[in-house]
Amino acid sequence: MTSTTSTSTAFEKARAEDRAALIGYLPAGYPSVEGSIEAFATMVEAGCDAIEIGLPYSDPVMDGPTIQAAAQAALDGGVRTADVLRVVEAVAAMGVPTLVMTYWNPIERYGVERWATDLAAAGGAGLITPDITPDHGSEWIAAADAHDLDKVFLVAPSSTDERIAMTAAASRGFVYAAAVMGVTGARDATSDLAGPLVGRVRACGDVPVAVGIGVSNGDQAADVAAYADGVIVGSAFVRCLLDHAGDRAAGLAALRELTTDLAEGVRRARA
Amino acid sequence: MSEGLSVPIGPMRYEADERGYFGETWGGRFMPEALVAALDELTEAWHDAMADEAFVADFEQVLRDYAGTPSRLYHAERLSETVGARVLLKREDLNHTGAHKIRNVLGQALLTRRMGKTRVIAETGAGQHGVASATAAAWFDLDCTVYMGAVDTRRQALNVARMQLLGATVVPVESGSATLKDAINEALRDWVASVDHTAYLFGTAAGPHPFPSMVRDFCRGIGDEARAQCLEQYGVLPDAVAACVGGGSNAIGLFTAFLEDEGVEIHGFEPGGDGVHTGRHAATIHAGEPGVLHGARTYVLQDEDGQTVESHSISAGLDYPGVGPQHSLLSAAGRATYTPVTDAQAMEAMALLSRTEGIIPAIESAHAVAGAVELARRLGEEKGPDATIIVNLSGRGDKDMGTAIEWFGLGDAERGPEADLEQIEERVEMEAPQ
Repeated sequence: MTSTTSTSTAFEKARAEDRAALIGYLPAGYPSVEGSIEAFATMVEAGCDAIEIGLPYSDPVMDGPTIQAAAQAALDGGVRTADVLRVVEAVAAMGVPTLVMTYWNPIERYGVERWATDLAAAGGAGLITPDITPDHGSEWIAAADAHDLDKVFLVAPSSTDERIAMTAAASRGFVYAAAVMGVTGARDATSDLAGPLVGRVRACGDVPVAVGIGVSNGDQAADVAAYADGVIVGSAFVRCLLDHAGDRAAGLAALRELTTDLAEGVRRARA
Repeated sequence: MSEGLSVPIGPMRYEADERGYFGETWGGRFMPEALVAALDELTEAWHDAMADEAFVADFEQVLRDYAGTPSRLYHAERLSETVGARVLLKREDLNHTGAHKIRNVLGQALLTRRMGKTRVIAETGAGQHGVASATAAAWFDLDCTVYMGAVDTRRQALNVARMQLLGATVVPVESGSATLKDAINEALRDWVASVDHTAYLFGTAAGPHPFPSMVRDFCRGIGDEARAQCLEQYGVLPDAVAACVGGGSNAIGLFTAFLEDEGVEIHGFEPGGDGVHTGRHAATIHAGEPGVLHGARTYVLQDEDGQTVESHSISAGLDYPGVGPQHSLLSAAGRATYTPVTDAQAMEAMALLSRTEGIIPAIESAHAVAGAVELARRLGEEKGPDATIIVNLSGRGDKDMGTAIEWFGLGDAERGPEADLEQIEERVEMEAPQ
């Protein structure tokens, strides 16, 4: 049994340093199971405060072309749900809060209760569920509560105040605020929708709010870190690996460089 | 789901609850939060519209004057003689654009206009829903983008051209398996980013609430008309109704009127591809497992890890690894029976109907004809030649001539078709009751 580092640890540490937490995403199994563990290790060493491990899925409706490509390559490479748990165990052992981000069907297929048991045993801190909202997620909520796992639900600029309140109340760990109306992927400019959205979540309680979708460099991270508790980066990390496919060392070097840039970004925001 | 809610009896038995669950298990709304506001808006607009006599009157008028409904209920006499029971064809193939799909898009386009949105998007497999959407968009003066798997744009080039001529933009989708399910994924990705001014004209009675119920309601005229026509023309209800099931919009459109007629058997025929035992098929209810796909809990073709498995059917319009959630309920509740029909059986039925009735059906509808022939033979034996079966002839076969040319070896006047086509006719003559 791997010991679990809870998600709140990352936010508490960041808050103590008067900065936002940096949360990094990659899909498990890309470029291989071992390769993804190595990539996560690089991101943790270079300054990610928490890790999101993507469970590759055949029909990822919230993902743009970058994450789709890596997830599809992972599936083509034969990655299984059990492999994702192996990656969770390895990353959790690095002493960093480790969450899984997954579409719902693989969890339902695995068995919700069995998943919660195995995720907790692997040291996973919780689950981010992009296609489950709390009002249709009672089975996961029950299992997460029984196993003391974090439940990270999403809010979007289109969410009503009523739904934001409902989502904030149901979330544990943090609330994932989608910065734009759109799928994952790097954007040239940071969104002007994210700030007001974070404010609306804050009005509902104490749960930390992390902003994702579209953040790809230190300057953008600094912009977001000025008002959010956490900055989530996915596609830009995946891009590092895709751009250096076949050259492991170059991919890891690019990951390290990007992580360093982002980690500086979340630190200079409130300086 | 409310605790302690008993299973409803009577007309609500097969209906979704207000959150979109059929029978407390199937359906629902497993969707990104970003789309929830739009789905709520759509649900409210649809409820308001259906309670508004002016909207209902507009819908009936456009269906009648533009789409050409009610479609005829036609007694296929030669086919009936062949199988020994009365076979009635619901002629949705004669609607404008050549399929039942026009009913759904006209309903949704009217709703789009009512909501004040200016752009529509749609997914399409064979291209029939795409053509219907492009048609409605032209008629209502809406911008239209249609997502179509790249594999399908190649095998249905004629429909791509039709959509383009009608003014729509067709986007080939290369991701995943580059077929219908991926076209739906891409349309959803568009919708997340465009939802403030764009309506998603979903093409079948699947997907997140309210689509399964709303699409059904826009298509249920098929069954309402057929039931009244059968009573009027023959003074009886049918012994059975039959339709093909991919996503299931034509089928639920026919079945809904008969759900409470307990003496009426309800049969859905699924695409059996090369045969269910080969693994190359799209018989979702017959061979799938419960799961969540495109926002609804329903039967899904999936592997041990819940990854969607690529489906196969000779009919692009049925080639989908999910199915509308109400069909999952009707199957689980035992109210309807779903049986696979192979590619070969469907193609044989396509030839059979062409040669006995002078009607070339869509390959989708040919699945229903193939299944209905077997069904009619059984009912004829059990109940005699007055046994009556209504088959939904959901679309016409013009779009499928490329496939028919390959399958039967047609198109070469000097050589003539391959021998199996001749054998079909001989077999029909042989099997006809004397």
